[in-house]
Amino acid sequence: MDLADTTEEEEFRARLREWLAKVLPSLPPKPSPDDWPGRRAYDLGWQRMLYDAGYAGLHWPVDAGGRGATPTQHLIYLEETEKAGAPYVGANFVGLLHAGPTIASEGSAEQRARWLPPVLRGEEVWCQGFSEPDAGSDLAALRTRAWRDGDDYVVSGSKIWTSHAEVADWCELLVRTDPTAPKHRGISWLAMPMDAPGITVRPLRTLAGSTEFAEVFLDEARIPVANRVGAENDGWRVTMVTLSYERGTAFVGEVVACRRVLGDIAREARGNGRWDDAVLRRRLGRLNAEFRALWRLTQWNVSEAQRTGGVPGVGGSVFKLRYSHARQELYDAAAEVLGPEALDLGREWTLDRLSSLSYTIAAGTSQIQRNIVAERILGLPKGR
Amino acid sequence: MDFQLTDDQWALKRGVRELLTARFGPDELRAAAGAGSPDLDRALWRELGEAGFFALRLPEADGGVGLGLPEAVLAFEEAGRVLLPGPLIATHLAAGAVDGAATGEAVVTAVDGVLVEWLDQADAVRGDATGAEPLRSVDPLTPVHRVPAAVSPGADPEAVLLTSLLTAAEQLGTAARTCELAVQHARTREQFGQPIGAFQAVKHLCAQLLVRVEVARAAVYAAAVTADPVDVAAARLLADEAAVRGARDCLQVHGGMGFTWESEVHLFLKRAWLRTQRTGGDTESDELLADDLLAGMG
Repeated sequence: MDLADTTEEEEFRARLREWLAKVLPSLPPKPSPDDWPGRRAYDLGWQRMLYDAGYAGLHWPVDAGGRGATPTQHLIYLEETEKAGAPYVGANFVGLLHAGPTIASEGSAEQRARWLPPVLRGEEVWCQGFSEPDAGSDLAALRTRAWRDGDDYVVSGSKIWTSHAEVADWCELLVRTDPTAPKHRGISWLAMPMDAPGITVRPLRTLAGSTEFAEVFLDEARIPVANRVGAENDGWRVTMVTLSYERGTAFVGEVVACRRVLGDIAREARGNGRWDDAVLRRRLGRLNAEFRALWRLTQWNVSEAQRTGGVPGVGGSVFKLRYSHARQELYDAAAEVLGPEALDLGREWTLDRLSSLSYTIAAGTSQIQRNIVAERILGLPKGR
Repeated sequence: MDFQLTDDQWALKRGVRELLTARFGPDELRAAAGAGSPDLDRALWRELGEAGFFALRLPEADGGVGLGLPEAVLAFEEAGRVLLPGPLIATHLAAGAVDGAATGEAVVTAVDGVLVEWLDQADAVRGDATGAEPLRSVDPLTPVHRVPAAVSPGADPEAVLLTSLLTAAEQLGTAARTCELAVQHARTREQFGQPIGAFQAVKHLCAQLLVRVEVARAAVYAAAVTADPVDVAAARLLADEAAVRGARDCLQVHGGMGFTWESEVHLFLKRAWLRTQRTGGDTESDELLADDLLAGMG
């Protein structure tokens, strides 16, 4: 067990720090959260800077245009960019972390050449069309229908929780191509151009007041059959390949950020006198233990991925269960420190407290994650 | 960074597990708990000594095994798994300082705050146990004395740190074992025509058991590598919680059988409770971790 950087990792970290210190001051001002075109331009601009410096697709395989970095190097990248206050992956999230890796692993040579370079260069934005109003936790129950008409699929249905739909060029879309097959076996994975006729995007307002995602309605939208990745009706497997791609690094930046916020909360408490309350102080101390441990668990999962050369598998569910809860606890503690000011939407922690509510729901609710842990790690029987 | 066990560390962990399950498995545990006043198994103590359990971190030049804290943590995790009785940590820390401790010839205990475990059967006591009075220990396999508060001196910070870390390692082993026991029971016990583990209400208890174990494991192993007091405090908090809540949930999953003396589940809970009272427990750790937040990056 070794927690120290190797010489190579040390050099990688030093080079990255040096580059970040040089380029971050030259970034344009951050756009307002509601300025979607501005956010798109900002996020793509950052991706282009990463590309020019050789950091784009760091953890992608070399034959997909990535750098083939080790999981540990990727961890260092995420840790250092967060510490330096670099932009988040933002609008590039689906392209870099879901659709891109899916195409890299399951796409044809033509498909890889068409779609991967623009993601790495910061030219195209992807969104995700997986969930539907009646297919949430039970994703495989999705009903958006696609039928063949010549060289096209004709697609009708609706998708929900689609982030960045307003500004996306492409959508990784799961559709039902065989309604008679068992639900996991009749699904296909399509790359849908967002400018195709028949697509309507309706933004959804979250409880935090923001429009982070949208509903996407499809009314006989035409998608070329050539845009299907993987075989027809094999889309479920194609999708599952991607969902395990992150190798335990999905929340690295956020854990680093939570540790910084926790320090800020403690300083705020000392400033406003709440620190003298032993109950509150101990609560913050416990959160320190929590986030330190989550950081160690991240290092553990990443080292495991590095050893096996593969994926951490369901270990990610263990992490997500604990982290999503801890994040909510963090902002509840912040509210206790703020007192009446916690009602002020002008305090950033108030908005963060609201958005933290999504963490135990998005990307698999905590209840689904517990089923996964119980059935796939502990081997308990499926059932109700 | 390679935060995984090395092959040697896996081998050590397996070796200790094989030794302990052969000599102190579930049957021996139940028998010991039913025996009334507990007796320390001196033969087993010497076997542990021969296997290097106590001399693990003693330099080879001094007749020890010459390994480090991570290896000690792995060995104590295994001891925690089987609820091995005895003042294991005090004897381990006395190796090289008290004659016979390293080889398991001597049983060494230590005054820890106001408590002393296994005082009557120890050959040596570190600290001043003057005026010690026996408690009716809640843990049938750990006799405990209480010493007057005024007597307990400021302990050596190194001993405090190591006691807390090795306690965390024992708690981790106990937590992992209660998770296994809960899962075993949930897979085999049938009600309403199916294993109770098929019910989400039970399944989710088991899942949370594992989550607590794995989070505690990362914290405990990291603290073993860094030996940093703040890391140790975090490890101890999470391992105490994993062990106590793990044993309680395990008991709950066992239903009525869990409430009996015959089932071994209560022994895990009682030992876990006892260990939470050792130095470096929750209040101390919370405060240390809180101070650390103001010291800089938390």
